[in-house]
Amino acid sequence: MKKPELLVTPTSVSHIHELADAGADAIIIGEQRYGLRLAGEFSRADVKEAAAIARQYGINVYVAMNAIFHNDKVDELGDYIAFLADTGVDAIVFGDPAVLMTVREVAPHMKLHWNPETTATNWYTCNYWGRKGAKRAVLARELNMEAILEIKEHAEVEIEVQVHGMTCMYQSKRSLIGNYFEYQGKVMEIERKKYEKGMFLYDKERDSKYPIFEDENGTHIMSPNDICIIDELSEMVDAGIDSFKIDGVLHEPGYITEVTKLYRRAIDLCAENRKQYEKEKDELLAKIKAIQPKHRPLDTGFFFKETVY
Amino acid sequence: MLLKNDKISEIINGKRVIVKKPELLAPAGNLEKLKIAVHYGADAVFLGGQEYSLRANADNFTIEEIAEGVRFANQYGAKVYVTANIYAHNENIPGLEEYLRALEQAGVHGIIVADPLIIETARRVAPKLEVHLSTQQSMANWKAVQFWKEEGLERVVLARETSAEEIREIKEKVDIEIEAFIHGAMCSAYSGRCVLSNHMTARDSNRGGCCQSCRWDYDLYQLKGDKEIPLFAENDAPFAMSAKDLNLLRAIPTMIELGIDSLKIEGRMKSIHYVATVVGVYRKVIDAYCADPDNFTIREEWIKELDKCANRDTAPSFFTGIPGYQDHMYGSHSRKTTHEFAGLVLDYDKETKMVTLQQRNFFKPGDEVEFFGPEIENFTQVVEKIWDEDGNELDAARHPLQIVKFKVEREVFPYNMMRKEN
Repeated sequence: MKKPELLVTPTSVSHIHELADAGADAIIIGEQRYGLRLAGEFSRADVKEAAAIARQYGINVYVAMNAIFHNDKVDELGDYIAFLADTGVDAIVFGDPAVLMTVREVAPHMKLHWNPETTATNWYTCNYWGRKGAKRAVLARELNMEAILEIKEHAEVEIEVQVHGMTCMYQSKRSLIGNYFEYQGKVMEIERKKYEKGMFLYDKERDSKYPIFEDENGTHIMSPNDICIIDELSEMVDAGIDSFKIDGVLHEPGYITEVTKLYRRAIDLCAENRKQYEKEKDELLAKIKAIQPKHRPLDTGFFFKETVY
Repeated sequence: MLLKNDKISEIINGKRVIVKKPELLAPAGNLEKLKIAVHYGADAVFLGGQEYSLRANADNFTIEEIAEGVRFANQYGAKVYVTANIYAHNENIPGLEEYLRALEQAGVHGIIVADPLIIETARRVAPKLEVHLSTQQSMANWKAVQFWKEEGLERVVLARETSAEEIREIKEKVDIEIEAFIHGAMCSAYSGRCVLSNHMTARDSNRGGCCQSCRWDYDLYQLKGDKEIPLFAENDAPFAMSAKDLNLLRAIPTMIELGIDSLKIEGRMKSIHYVATVVGVYRKVIDAYCADPDNFTIREEWIKELDKCANRDTAPSFFTGIPGYQDHMYGSHSRKTTHEFAGLVLDYDKETKMVTLQQRNFFKPGDEVEFFGPEIENFTQVVEKIWDEDGNELDAARHPLQIVKFKVEREVFPYNMMRKEN
């Protein structure tokens, strides 16, 4: 049976070795100048090094260029894309059509993955971007299992699904943390504070904690729970979903590595020895629970949720 | 290449006038609001049908009502656009073709769309509909706009995050109609990139289920080891994402000179009083500027007039740069408006100076009221005796939609409105 790719997010160049050893098939890297909410910041030199390491291990390297671009960066997209093509990365991840247009101009053979985050919600539109040149669609995290399977059934492009980690709930161009400090009169602290780690919003009514951070792309507010469906992979493996992503943003490298190992085991068993997978999956879930940070409860995201409108 | 903004003004008889007047586009939450928007001077209105539109809570139009709205708008030479701007899920695909055909049949001028599924389906089954890209796509650069032009779209509604300078460059580089917001409530996130409602209330924001979680209060903490450190003092207002409403009244001259094709007022959920007030003011501003741009000044009364229906503070938002803390609402939510809508003029008898008015809020003899409308200059007067339809004198106009009569010194016209200070 075809195995889905296991796609993970290294936090640094050296972390790639660990992840490859843990069983990753592909990594996604990049820098916040062009990519959104990455687990690590990879300069051009880092990307080169990462690509060389990945080649040794025979794993794929995807580079994130899925920011929402304003005019100021449009003229430099070509140079970055040419660099990526030259470095031999395996695909570019995009959401903004400006990237697609520039790839057509400077690197027409470069593979493209369409990832507009919240808005990849039906099979027709996945195929639309396929006709425009994308090889893969990264589905919105807000879809349920039934919708995902139906998309896969009609898809003419590869389908990637996030199976683990936190997701983005909100991205603003506004400097929400910096503005709040400024409003409170803590002007001197702003520059130091607004890029600090570990901040979260507390929602009393739901008793939920939403991680929040600011970077070049604005303010990002993240889900209160980490998705974990290590014990629910069968249907998607059977359907032939092409890639399972573990998003390690805001997690420690050691945690990401451990989770990668456990999903490696889960995917292998699920594809090759379903009986054993059924036997072992609760134990795999328990192992993740054991290393889960206290402030990050696990849930199954939107996979089994009814959403109305 | 001939750009759509090639010629914005011309010298006529020694005086510069604007020859490219932008469209004033207003929200129409229902048929009554549509009629008011058009009557008060909108060149075009946008409305939502029963399906495929955000604002699931608005009392959206049936196809028959859309057709009636189009007929009404056409009498004034105004256009009707229908928002079909959801990000569709698989389950929304069945029924889409029929819906788009019905819109075309109803004489709708164009649709405002985010999802390529709906763009391509419209092209295939309802080719007479213009297709405008919704702000839900958050397009903020000229190259992305160029992509949509090459896809054959007539217009792009830019991301609310684009500045005047960015719009200028987009207009310069791409020959396509550009629509931009001038007034109304703001998403504080990039549109389409917020799923707070999905997480907090299991309602899909990108299909109209938004429950405005960005308007709620949150507390900011920092995790240090296992300790949760509050980043606020006891009396500090809570953290807020909530954005002040957009108000670009003062920027209208700049927007006209930039050659922006359509100036959009947000607010399908707002009252007819709001629609009439806001459309009325912007109509006057645009007309005054276009007639004599070089001697134009913003009149204080326009600013005051807009304030009479505002239920939040306002700000210019991204038009002049990245918003600072002044553009947010800390510790405050929406407030009561300073004025309330008191009545709608149905008729006026010039001989007897008697107005026939539909009551929309309590008023009584002795109250000072203000009349406004496209045919008149605003004026105030004190209400004297009030009668009901049968000529019985009333101590007050108490009942919603009750028809009452009283004396008004100056001439008023049907659809003029009466408001009073709270």
